[in-house]
Amino acid sequence: MTAHFNTKTSISEVGSVKIHKSCPTPHTPSDTSPHIRYIIMRPILLSGHERALTQVKYNPDGDIIFSVSKDHVVCAWYSHNGERFGTYHGHQGALWTVDVDPTSTLLATGGADNTMRLWEVKTGRLLKTWEFPTSIKRVEFSADGRQLLGVTERRSGHTGSIVVYEINPDVEAEQADEHVLRIICEDSKATVAGFSYLAQYIIAGHEDGTVSQYDGKSGELLYNTQVHEPDVQNQITDLQWAPDRTYFITASKDKSAKILAADSLEVFKTYQTDTPLNSAAITPVKDFVILGGGQAAMDVTTTSARQGKFEARFWHKIFAEEIGRVRGHFGPLNYVAVHPQGTGYCSGGEDGYVRVHHFDKPYFDFLYEVEREQLQAQSNL
Amino acid sequence: MSTAYDNLPMEDDEFDESQVDFTDLEEQYQVRLDEGLDAFVVIDGLPVVPEDSKGKLVKFILRKLNTVGRVKDDGVHMPVGEDGKTEGYAFVEYNAPSEAIAAAKQLHLTALDKKHTMLVNKLTDIDRFGKEGRVDEEYTPPQIEPFQQNEHLRSWLGDSEGRDQMVMFRGEKVGVFWNNKDDAPEPVVDRENWTESFVQWSPQGTFLCSIHAQGVQLWGGKQWNRQKRFAHPGVNLVDFSPGENYFTTWSHRPLQVDENHPVPTLSLEEDGKNYIIWDIATGKPLRSFATLDVPTSTDAEGNPVKKKMQWPTFKWSADDKYVARMTQGQSISVYELPRMNLLEKTSVKIEGVMDFEWAPATPKREGIKTYEQLFCYWTPELGSNPAKVGLMSIPSKEIVRTRNLFNVSDAKLHWQSEAAYVCVKVDRHSKSKKSMATNLEIFRVKEKGVPVEVVDSIKDTVINFAWEPKGNRFVLITTGEIPAQTAVPPKTAVSFFAPEKIKGGGVGNFRHIRTADKKNSNAIYWSPKGRFVVVATLQSQQSFDLDFWDLSFDKPKDEAEKGEKELHANLQLMATADHYGVSDIEWDPSGRYVATVASAFRHHMENGYHLYDFKGTLLREEAIDRFKQLIWRPRPPTLLTKEEQAEIRKNLRNYSKVFDEQDTAKKNTADKAVIEARRRLLEEWNAWRDSMRLMLEEEGAEIELNDGKVLRDVDGEVEEIEEIVEEIIEESEEVIS
Repeated sequence: MTAHFNTKTSISEVGSVKIHKSCPTPHTPSDTSPHIRYIIMRPILLSGHERALTQVKYNPDGDIIFSVSKDHVVCAWYSHNGERFGTYHGHQGALWTVDVDPTSTLLATGGADNTMRLWEVKTGRLLKTWEFPTSIKRVEFSADGRQLLGVTERRSGHTGSIVVYEINPDVEAEQADEHVLRIICEDSKATVAGFSYLAQYIIAGHEDGTVSQYDGKSGELLYNTQVHEPDVQNQITDLQWAPDRTYFITASKDKSAKILAADSLEVFKTYQTDTPLNSAAITPVKDFVILGGGQAAMDVTTTSARQGKFEARFWHKIFAEEIGRVRGHFGPLNYVAVHPQGTGYCSGGEDGYVRVHHFDKPYFDFLYEVEREQLQAQSNL
Repeated sequence: MSTAYDNLPMEDDEFDESQVDFTDLEEQYQVRLDEGLDAFVVIDGLPVVPEDSKGKLVKFILRKLNTVGRVKDDGVHMPVGEDGKTEGYAFVEYNAPSEAIAAAKQLHLTALDKKHTMLVNKLTDIDRFGKEGRVDEEYTPPQIEPFQQNEHLRSWLGDSEGRDQMVMFRGEKVGVFWNNKDDAPEPVVDRENWTESFVQWSPQGTFLCSIHAQGVQLWGGKQWNRQKRFAHPGVNLVDFSPGENYFTTWSHRPLQVDENHPVPTLSLEEDGKNYIIWDIATGKPLRSFATLDVPTSTDAEGNPVKKKMQWPTFKWSADDKYVARMTQGQSISVYELPRMNLLEKTSVKIEGVMDFEWAPATPKREGIKTYEQLFCYWTPELGSNPAKVGLMSIPSKEIVRTRNLFNVSDAKLHWQSEAAYVCVKVDRHSKSKKSMATNLEIFRVKEKGVPVEVVDSIKDTVINFAWEPKGNRFVLITTGEIPAQTAVPPKTAVSFFAPEKIKGGGVGNFRHIRTADKKNSNAIYWSPKGRFVVVATLQSQQSFDLDFWDLSFDKPKDEAEKGEKELHANLQLMATADHYGVSDIEWDPSGRYVATVASAFRHHMENGYHLYDFKGTLLREEAIDRFKQLIWRPRPPTLLTKEEQAEIRKNLRNYSKVFDEQDTAKKNTADKAVIEARRRLLEEWNAWRDSMRLMLEEEGAEIELNDGKVLRDVDGEVEEIEEIVEEIIEESEEVIS
């Protein structure tokens, strides 16, 4: 037990400081905590949504955050100061999912109005609408932005499925009407899905806690394995990729998150927490993962923020030990997203807020003894 | 729909009932015909009389027989032998079988005169047990089981590191663990569904007691085998005697034991009873009791006051020799163990008695040579008689000391652990009955004549009081007037008291040391070894404070207050802590650690436990779903003599050096293991990452290798945006003159 995460207290103290952009008075600390930490680590509160957030995403440059919520509106924000960049209007129902292509020109969204839509990021122009018999729970671009995947909900008479479309990166071009691939999920509906490296596989997480690997071209089921607890209550709630898409993290209502290899579906790491999880993200630069969740509001009658466990939890990715928590939301965290350059993260909560955090120096300085040794060994080479 | 009935016969007339085998149903629902003999009893042991006296005898026994029911007219049949005399037995027919049962139960073994005792049995019983062949004619000696070496029940005391054990009940699992300070507790045994409601240790830690619908089980030994079973259906609570020889089980439901509801080891004697007192060694019940009806009293407005059950109801003397129960307002019944007979066949009449408490140790009064146990009791004001506190000596039933009290609303009896003092906390109302104040009446039991000292400097109501174990200091918590209907609980104050130092090393008068006010505390937990005390706030919604106090803090000499009489204390607040949702606090038996528990029995918020050392340093915290209980395993009293203990205390420095070394060594190996494991994890991870990178390079996955960013030709049009953020950290104004 050599390392003690020295920012644990500071992060949580900071997380609870609510500072709105329009009143930039620095918070005056009442206790003896170092002054500097409050200024750097204070979160930016994005309060543009009227209902619960469902997904938040950084663009690959990390300068824009896209957020979708049950209030039918897609918002885009500057990540460094929290100013709103724009909104995308058109959806007729709650939004479940959003993704941006690798060049930050196209934006895909999906929601409860049974449509998947494609937008031009810069202008907010609606480029394409695909209609489905059921709602869209998840959209994701492939690494090269040439393919777009959508997960459709199961409803009476319609099985859940994963559809894939070819995308033309030119905003003026006509997008294809017909999908190139449709994977039907007979046994258990897919809740989340994504493309592996080179779009070689499509990986899907299911409501029964299993993870499937499909061939990225033929859509053939290659492998299916029970990863999380096999219970309908324990569906897989999130699946996020490492930057190079060779491995991914799943989050589940069974209170755990796991890291799996994309090619072998081998479970490398397990992060067991004490609360149902809605989201899990892998941080670049530092070997951490961030987990978010909390007791769902419908499960508790009198939910104090404390009891509901509405905290973002930081775990060490390799050692699978919890190292810190960030408080602040007063409802469960529905999604956590990490800045692609690893300089911050944001979380979208059931409480309708997006909280954007920029990491401070202690976050980057924090190292386990063995990590420090290794760094030293590398610099000596 | 139709498929399910395809195999049924379509037409009813084809169906032949006689072909169906009903024997199993007949057997199951067969009506047991009343043989008509259930109302008969057989009476044996009657005097043999000539025929002309028979009528007299029948009349005589009828008087007895009719006490439990009504004998049928001409229901007594007493056969007369050839010699013209009765044969010493009779058949009696009652009106109902239930009366016959009652007769067998109540009249069996009734003495008629000096020579004759009546034996009453049911006729059916005689038929059942007395028939030829039912009982083996020949005596076969019972088989004596070969002696079996049992496990040592106290093996846990031999731990080489002197660690303590604790039991943890979480979810449906019960486990016993070694306390490993800040490391995870080491499991000894862990079982699913070990108990149905809760677990409890016997007072010296020998047995772990589990509660089931059928009764109580005791577990122990290295293998945690079942040691004993005690059948008491519906048992709610158990209470052990201090020496682990006996224990009481209680159920709110009266026991039902009869022919239709047999319970192992219990007899008809136990029918209708609530309490059973057991002998642990034999596993047999000693005596059973029914719950006493508490007279319902009314409060000032005439509403009935709901009486709380007193638990334990049967209170044990310190040496397991006596057990006593109070009949509120009337008397105290003292029973002698192990026979469980009422001492001198009478209860001790104490008019109005409200509460009593045995001395927790065998008292040693000055000048008293004979064996005695003491208990303390109090009675409220009755008519013009003042309220009284008394000390009674057992077995002599002699009142050793009494004291009259006035304006008493309530009193609580607090014995010091060595029975050196008993403090009676007297809540007194003013004449107008408006304001309340508390007096402490402290009986110095060990001093000649049992002098009483009164502490009447307390202005407020004392809500909690606790003696230092094996010491002579005490802590109390007071609260002011409780404002009616406010959500915020009133502030409390914690006061510490210690005796003055007097010449000759005696114990002087008790004096107030210090009061910490504006607190929320309501609970006092002394270290079992004394000196350290945790004052806490339990069962509150808002605050969960834990204050760790030291009463014998080493203070530099020059700081000692001069002029004042010195006290046997030097108070210091060592640490404060906060455990959200804390509901229980448990000191380990060695006084080294304190466990605080947020139990799922009380609420469902952040269940789990914290472990502190005696100084209040948090060693470990663990959140466990549905965590219910953590109880340290008690230790039996030490076998070392006073001299040996003093010797150890003198050389403590040398011992602690060895222990410190052991601790460091252990820590180092543990750390090394952890670091090794981490190093391995890191290497494995890095190796896998390298192989993945190689694979991606071979596949030509440029975007992936660039962490997902698409490589773009930078066109010349790059706009630079500069943003200046100014923040005022501090502003100060100075007037320059």
